[in-house]
Amino acid sequence: MSNEIEAFQDPGEAVHAPRAADIDPRAEKRAEQQVAALFGLSAVGSLLLIYSYIWIPEDVFIFIPVMGDQNAHQLFLGLGMAMSLFFLGMAAILWAKKLMPDTEVVNHRHEFRSSDEDREEFVKTVKDGVAGVQLGRRKLIKGSLAASLGLFALPPVLLLRDLGPLPGKELEKTNWKAGTRLVTDPGNRPILASDLEVGSVVQTLPEVAPDTHRPLSDIAKDPVLLIRLRPEEFNLTPEKLAMTHDGIIAFSKICSHMGCAVALYEQTTKHLLCPCHQSTFDVTQAAKVIFGPAARPLPQLDITVDKEGYLIARAPFNEAVGPSFWERNSQ
Amino acid sequence: MTTVEKRLGAAANFVDERLGAAGWMKKSLNKVFPDHWTFMFGEICMYSFVILLLSGTFLTLWFDPSQREVVYEGVYEPLKGITMSAAYASTLDISFEIRGGLLMRQIHHWSANIFMAAIVAHLLRVFFTGAFRKPREFNWILGIILLTLGLVEGLLGYSLPDDLLSGTGLRITSAIIQAVPLVGTYITFFLFGGAFPGVGFLPRIFTIHILLLPGIFLAVITVHVMLVWYQKHTQFPGPGRTEKNVVGHPILPVYMAKAGGFFFIVFGVTAFLSAVASINPIWLYGPYTPGQISAGSQPDWYMGWLDGLVRMAPPWETHAFGHTVSWNILIPALIVPGIIFTGMAFYPFIESWITGDKREHHLLDRPRNVPNRTALGVMSITFVLISLINGGNDIFATQFDLSINQIMWFSRISIFILPPIAFVVTKRLCLSLQRADRDLVLHGMETGQLVRMPSGEFAEIHKPISAQKRWILTSHEQAPALELPATDARGVRRPGALKNKLRIRLSKAHAVAVPKVSAQDLKEIEHH
Repeated sequence: MSNEIEAFQDPGEAVHAPRAADIDPRAEKRAEQQVAALFGLSAVGSLLLIYSYIWIPEDVFIFIPVMGDQNAHQLFLGLGMAMSLFFLGMAAILWAKKLMPDTEVVNHRHEFRSSDEDREEFVKTVKDGVAGVQLGRRKLIKGSLAASLGLFALPPVLLLRDLGPLPGKELEKTNWKAGTRLVTDPGNRPILASDLEVGSVVQTLPEVAPDTHRPLSDIAKDPVLLIRLRPEEFNLTPEKLAMTHDGIIAFSKICSHMGCAVALYEQTTKHLLCPCHQSTFDVTQAAKVIFGPAARPLPQLDITVDKEGYLIARAPFNEAVGPSFWERNSQ
Repeated sequence: MTTVEKRLGAAANFVDERLGAAGWMKKSLNKVFPDHWTFMFGEICMYSFVILLLSGTFLTLWFDPSQREVVYEGVYEPLKGITMSAAYASTLDISFEIRGGLLMRQIHHWSANIFMAAIVAHLLRVFFTGAFRKPREFNWILGIILLTLGLVEGLLGYSLPDDLLSGTGLRITSAIIQAVPLVGTYITFFLFGGAFPGVGFLPRIFTIHILLLPGIFLAVITVHVMLVWYQKHTQFPGPGRTEKNVVGHPILPVYMAKAGGFFFIVFGVTAFLSAVASINPIWLYGPYTPGQISAGSQPDWYMGWLDGLVRMAPPWETHAFGHTVSWNILIPALIVPGIIFTGMAFYPFIESWITGDKREHHLLDRPRNVPNRTALGVMSITFVLISLINGGNDIFATQFDLSINQIMWFSRISIFILPPIAFVVTKRLCLSLQRADRDLVLHGMETGQLVRMPSGEFAEIHKPISAQKRWILTSHEQAPALELPATDARGVRRPGALKNKLRIRLSKAHAVAVPKVSAQDLKEIEHH
């Protein structure tokens, strides 16, 4: 290259300047004392840790400005450990910097590429080895080897089959059936439609026999939000309106985006907001998505009341609740 | 000979007669490591990994990774009598009943954060200085693998306590896997042992988190460090430093003392943070139940940018032929990160294709001298930062009294606009810095001393810079752009004309530079 001729010359490294400890015995002594002091502080930290572990009770709180009330046991245990480690490290580094030799050393690099002879020999070795295997000539062995290796790969995959059940229609199902009562969560109490005031929101689950254990997998798909508005506030298709009862509308609480609980309801705007990704659903328009990444409204549960006036589901959900999946077949 | 020397000699003799280690050790102990503060990021990664192994082992002694439901009867009053998983209950026990347990939990979580932060800093240092160039491409790819593993390992780790926040994270993770076309539902059912939350997930991710991934980590880190050892460390340009040598301190004693000391400092700082700064106080979140959630649910920061991308995705879903494809999940959570990570892994090869440079490089670049690469890096950082801000949009909205919708729209638009702007601005800044270097070499340093000339004119005295400094500013190479004529010597059109055109354009953009000062330039100016 043209500019290489005119380039500057490498001036070489600047002359090495001695450190204070290299020339002044007093500075050397001082450095030694500093290193020893740091090792000493580390030992103090270890003792503090031991003291805190054994003698500071675990229920003592002390007030520290800025930090507020702190558990003394945890705090001093941690500070002791921090001191013991930190000053050990500082001592070693100070020792290296002030007292150990500080002249830089030069090593040489070599190109990584092997020599041509080595490469040729390598290729020859590999070729000889491959020729010794005789795969080209032994067609029968080649074929059976391929078959056996192919089959050999299957068992490890097969052995993982029992990790879980096949999905089947599992994701389409919830425990809501025609006639299932909506009960409060927590509390498991049926809800009288007449008890719900306008503007109220209730989290509900399908009724189970008293003291029945609800598995988490049910709680992951069954929660339903009940919201009561004034009937004239709705802006619904006749079909969706028929699924409400006297201003009470019910949605799956499981977000149609990624399955978080859609837990935030804003009274004034009548919006439901999912705290995970801020998808916003308009209750007055049957939980239509008005903002955020969710692509579908929250599934609406068809509700009515039974003879005693308790809220029940008129039918199961007519679509899968929760996040989308490949097999999902409904708009 | 003292007795100690005699004993050590006997031990060394015993080992060497069996392993022949002296020859190799002699060379290794004289190994030279160049010094620079940015070389410590990688060290912090390695030390944090050791801290993670130590503190993690402590935690496994008491942690019970089971989804079995138990009634909490421990000392933490607010949760007494509440049904929860054994995993959550044992995490509470570690926090409140095992002395030093909370400290170890916090050390584990803090060092995970430091580990990821140091990986990112290390990655940026290697990228901006061009340390990934030949012959270190393998190590660059290993680094990308470690980064990816770190993201997964971190996610699994903070999912284990089974508190409300971590369960929410797993719910989202399951939705992402479930969104994969064709096999997603099946994979979720196999991983979780049924529909979310399933029956077997915690014990499974526990084994992956404490055995499988740490094992892979250990193997990859070992190869990563061995390659650094074998290929020798890169060094910054400077007087006496060339592509053929490596200048620094020998491993024994200085480097060893410094590196060993630095391990304890990293550990000490982590312990200090863990003593005074609470992290992941799971007892405040309560046990996980899918029907509940707390506002402001945030993943750890290194996953936060992915969550931010998911939040800003448009609500696109395709329904066709009885199937659903969730673009609103696939694009931000799998496709975009997939492109970013693949692009990162291939970058060394892409750059060498653009420049046509197939030589070994051991001297690092000053970022300003490679404006295109530096601009690309800053562009990527901008992209991730906007995503990260959007990942905390609810927090920003409540803290600064803003509307979530406005932040979301800001992110949605700026994710396309700001990164290219960052590219252009960075490139110009790099060129300006090159110009400043040029001025410095030509005219020397401004001394701040004003003199009045006999003519009455005022002038500032400029002091010439030292030969060492001048060498740092001028020793880099300024390679011209590739020349790939569209036709060959016989006038026949080369194949792949479009590809060549692209390559020439990229190469031109890559070669843009302010001409550096040559010795001749300086001589000419001195004559004036």
